Amino acid sequence: MAFITANWNPLGEAFYRKTELYEMCWNLKDGLRDSLVAAAPYGGPIALLREPLRRSPSSRPQLEIYSASGVSIASFPWKSGPVVQLGWTVSDELLCIQEDGSVLIYDLFGSFKRHFSMGQEVMHSQVLEAKVFHSPYGTGVAIVTASSRFTLATNIDDLKLRRLPEVPGLQGKPTSWVVLSQDRQTKVLMSNGPELYILDNTSCTAVVPPGLSPQAGSIAHMSVSFSYKYLALFTDTGHMWTGLSHLQEKLSEVDTKKTTPPKQMVWCRRPRSQQPSVVLMWDRLLMVVGASQDTIQFKQLTPQVLIDRLVYRQFYPLAIEVCRYLKIPDYQGVSRVLKHWASCKVQQKDLSDEAIARAVCVKVGDSPGVSYSDIAAKAYECGRTELAIKLLDSEARSGEQVPLLLKMKRSQLALSKAVESGDTDLVYTVVTYLKNEMNRGDFFMTLRNQPVALSLYRQFCKLQEQETLKDLYNQDDDHQELANYYVTASYREKRLDSRLSLLQSAVDEYNKAKNEFSAKATEEEMRLLRIQRKLDERKGAGLLGLSLQATMEALLALGLHKQAEQLYRDFRVPDKRFWWLKLKSLAEKEEWEELEKFSRSKKSPIGYLAFVEICMKSNNKHEAKKYVSKVTPEQRVKAHLAVGDLEGAADAAIERKSDSELAAVLARCPASDRQLLDRLNRAAATAAKK
Amino acid sequence: MLGDFRVVFLGVNYLDIVSSLVTSFTHWSPDLLCCCCRNMAAHLSYGRVNLNILREAARKELREFLDKCAGSKAIVWDEYLTGPFGLIAQYSLLKEHEVEKMFTLKSGRLPSADVKNIIFFVRPRLELMDIIAENVFSEDKMHSPRDFHILFVPRRSMLCEQRLKEQGVLASFINIDEYILDLIPYDGDLLSMEYESAFRECYLENDQTSLYHTAKGLMTLQALYGTIPQIYGKGDCARHVANMMLRMKREFAGSQNQILPVFDTLLLLDRNVDLLTPLATQLTYEGLIDEIYGITNGYVKLPPEKFAQKKQGEASKDLPTEPKKMPLNSAEELYAEIRDKNFNAVGAALSKKAKIISAAFEERHNAKTVGEIKQFVSQLPHMQAARSSLANHTSIAELIKDITTSEAFFDNLTVEQEFMTGVDTDKVNTYIEDCVAQKDPLIKILRLVSMQSVCNNGLKQKVLDYYKREILQTYGYEHILTLNNLEKAGLLKLQSSTRNNYPTIRKTLKLWMEDANEQNPNDISYVYSGYAPLSVRLAQVLARPGWRSIEEVLKMLPGPHFEERQQLPAGLHKKRQQGENRTTLVFFLGGVSYAEIAALRFLSQMEDSGMEYIIATTKLLNGTTWIKSLMDRPESQSS
Repeated sequence: MAFITANWNPLGEAFYRKTELYEMCWNLKDGLRDSLVAAAPYGGPIALLREPLRRSPSSRPQLEIYSASGVSIASFPWKSGPVVQLGWTVSDELLCIQEDGSVLIYDLFGSFKRHFSMGQEVMHSQVLEAKVFHSPYGTGVAIVTASSRFTLATNIDDLKLRRLPEVPGLQGKPTSWVVLSQDRQTKVLMSNGPELYILDNTSCTAVVPPGLSPQAGSIAHMSVSFSYKYLALFTDTGHMWTGLSHLQEKLSEVDTKKTTPPKQMVWCRRPRSQQPSVVLMWDRLLMVVGASQDTIQFKQLTPQVLIDRLVYRQFYPLAIEVCRYLKIPDYQGVSRVLKHWASCKVQQKDLSDEAIARAVCVKVGDSPGVSYSDIAAKAYECGRTELAIKLLDSEARSGEQVPLLLKMKRSQLALSKAVESGDTDLVYTVVTYLKNEMNRGDFFMTLRNQPVALSLYRQFCKLQEQETLKDLYNQDDDHQELANYYVTASYREKRLDSRLSLLQSAVDEYNKAKNEFSAKATEEEMRLLRIQRKLDERKGAGLLGLSLQATMEALLALGLHKQAEQLYRDFRVPDKRFWWLKLKSLAEKEEWEELEKFSRSKKSPIGYLAFVEICMKSNNKHEAKKYVSKVTPEQRVKAHLAVGDLEGAADAAIERKSDSELAAVLARCPASDRQLLDRLNRAAATAAKK
Repeated sequence: MLGDFRVVFLGVNYLDIVSSLVTSFTHWSPDLLCCCCRNMAAHLSYGRVNLNILREAARKELREFLDKCAGSKAIVWDEYLTGPFGLIAQYSLLKEHEVEKMFTLKSGRLPSADVKNIIFFVRPRLELMDIIAENVFSEDKMHSPRDFHILFVPRRSMLCEQRLKEQGVLASFINIDEYILDLIPYDGDLLSMEYESAFRECYLENDQTSLYHTAKGLMTLQALYGTIPQIYGKGDCARHVANMMLRMKREFAGSQNQILPVFDTLLLLDRNVDLLTPLATQLTYEGLIDEIYGITNGYVKLPPEKFAQKKQGEASKDLPTEPKKMPLNSAEELYAEIRDKNFNAVGAALSKKAKIISAAFEERHNAKTVGEIKQFVSQLPHMQAARSSLANHTSIAELIKDITTSEAFFDNLTVEQEFMTGVDTDKVNTYIEDCVAQKDPLIKILRLVSMQSVCNNGLKQKVLDYYKREILQTYGYEHILTLNNLEKAGLLKLQSSTRNNYPTIRKTLKLWMEDANEQNPNDISYVYSGYAPLSVRLAQVLARPGWRSIEEVLKMLPGPHFEERQQLPAGLHKKRQQGENRTTLVFFLGGVSYAEIAALRFLSQMEDSGMEYIIATTKLLNGTTWIKSLMDRPESQSS
């Protein structure tokens, strides 16, 4: 056994030892000089672009992708524009940020996936510097342009560009800058000479790191830890300040005695102490500076990330083994692997649609969380429509099938799937799509076969397209609804003649619908409107639009009794209602003589208690009493009570021996009237015995 | 024949006693505390099922969305949403997340506000999209660039987004998101979607959007409270919802729910299975408050006169003119006690409470030592809150009493009870005729006629036409549309050749109880002073002895009845302790009345029922709001 301390070397007061994990098997002739290099976190792939700014078309720069151990994965000449920065996303995609602000995305095998732009503004002024950063929201990109403005996208998969506010006094690029993700916000920390600023969406704020010595000078270099918790600043006088990145606490300050800024300055964790430290690298010097006693917990490399890693490298069987070994729930584990595998499988050009569909269905089965529509969408993207449709058949969520079916112009199928899902918004979406795509006749026919869609479309038309609604009812021979439609329309009409003609259409439709009552009622309405118009013209009565009852009421109020009675007869108004109307009208106008005459015109269909009560309402006890005697025995107690005749009420109640009526009188009887109280109580006692 | 609804003589004395007690208290401390403002949601966690979990989940999601829009914010509200949102989050939560201004959505230009973000909180409705587009267009772009966001409640809609696109404003929005707020906790045992038009859409327009939201809401609920192993249902909508739920479960087969089920059973009931109950006047305290003043989103607005605070030594100030807005929920101890009582038992309860409070205050004379006084003082806030609560409810009870003791109320109730017991339901009713002649509110007439039709399983052609003519001639021919709607919804019906089966249903389900006890109820029929709500009877029979015993009646009621089971993952089967109650979630599709809720709460409290009920619905309603939702009023252009 070797001597245990044999390979430990002294470093100041401490000792260190180097262990070689593996040998880089690449063969770099020129080293990394003049190259853009980007290594993905956690031992991910490494991308390398040699001489990125060499612009001659005859000698294009070469883009190379290596595994972490230097095994070449891909290599191809760079044909696009000058690249400013390379970076890797959290899902092992390579981002190549070009001078013109466009960002090209490749997978780790070097196949182009898509691109996006960092905004209009960049077109005019180039990207000077760019950074790729990671946050809980995904992978982001930040750039600074020649016009000294920062633009950032927090998540490139949900692209929302944010142009940050202007920095006072900044020309060209800043001395140094980093992207911070804190308090759910993405910010830029930048230095420009002696000034240090925090830029967020709305503001640019000057800041001072706490405890930084005044003689420390300008900040020449800065570095933020992976978790965005710690910050290191290197000044042009060689001071290095470390602290928390929200700039509220200083951890340490060291004078490195080096005035040239380091080439690289990164946060790392010392193996033993778990202490966060900063590593600074100059051409021939490496320096490690401890920051604090605090420990940082890096738990970013979750099993999920590990599995993704395997999947991106297409090591599917291994990934599944790992999932099973780690007992990761299917939803997050095996299913994700299968999803990725299937998306890859559908791109295999040498296999028939049939074979691929079968292979996918057999392997994926009904694994939870695998979306057949996602796989189908992939197939469609590769131009394999038939395969896509075959795969969609296996999709359990009908709603999920709809967007793709529409994209593939299978609109009828999309409609039935939408209906099946129960999601009405989805049905509406397909219906709107069909409406624009088909001619009207076909569109209506399609709806006819889908009653649910048809009803929803009707709802839509009710709010948005009244005319179409009519056409729909017509097509379905729905006379009842058509008639209702005309009735509604008639109320929107200002001119009486047009209103009448719409009502006539309603009558016709009600008749066709065999709704005799509604037809007749609408005819009645037309008749009333005509009469109202006539009366308005002749008497200026202002009746148009009133109900029949209100019309008669108005006529009586105007003293036009004959006309009111004409309506009463013409419209076969029930006696009771007309009596009530006339009674109220006469009482309101206090025409007591007329009222008495009216009461004698024939036997009142509404009885005489109404007469008593209406007089009392006008506080006319004298008139009210005239009718008390005419009231039926059942209502006599009430009538006496109404006119305040307690004695009379008591007599009537005692005569009728009704306990409820006796109680009613009792309730009104004042305690002072002992005699009456006794009489009532005695009668009540007798009534109760029975 | 009439129930024991004897408001006329009962109650009066009690209320007077209470009033005098309350007045005698007022010199004690003028500062009345409101006991329900402290913790707005504590009452949600008191019940058998902690509904606060649902509220917290909703709050979390809201916070997350607000944080997505970094910087200061103004919210532009779809006014309909403010009420339901108030139950999830108060202004303080919004403020914590930099919401500085709130506006009501209306067309034209947005009010100026020095904020970074403008967020529209809206229902997915096309007409609202047009207003938003107008707002965005008229924004002064040069002056203050503000970021726009939309939060759709309860679900985003492609149709709406398409509309925004057509209007050319879709790209102006940084965030378009949805806030899935289907079931809102209203109380410890009550969830509502407050989806006003659900019944109308389902039965008049064949639009099942509300049912889709219901199914989604139930899935959310299951995600939080575990898979519900048993589903029962009655009615077409119930069937549809159950089908969607089962489908959604299949679609997410993988994400197996590992939560121990809180609910044992889900009962889905279509409102149209029981059209009768909401038509009847509710006679519980809460039901009457709703009938008379209307409860919206847990609040009632009352005439202010009764609540003027008279302080000693002060001349009576001007009476307040603003209606008094009061929260109504079980956070208020007294209200929780009396809300579900028959109104005739409320007087006694208030009186008893008054005596207890009075006695508690008298304790101060017995407090001799410093310790005792300290003890007494520590209880003061609670006592004062109780006293103020008592004063409020005494006032409300007096307001209601004025109405329930009126002849009009009594006459109306008499007719309702005649219909429910099957008296003269096949003839034109004189009382209804008189009401029409007196031009009583149309909705009252429609309620009564519908009730007669339902209790007679349809009216004879002559009777139906007579009523309809009376209504059209008196209230205007435009109401022909409303009448057509009521017929389509089955509330008005032409008697078919089949015989009236309502009496059979009434007898089998014991819908009418002669001896309903209002003071110490022993049956749910107390909530309508004799009539036992059909819907709740169905729930009761389901629990024991089971629906098999009433197959015949179930067949007479519209729509299919069914039972479904949902598989639970192994290990989640509940091991029930002996005597442990089961929990049923009753979901009323198309609305539920407060009296029905009271009846279910009564069943929960019955010692031998073995079942506790949580209630969910598309909308809290009463006969008036329900009928209103079915009315069509064409806007007349001619004047």
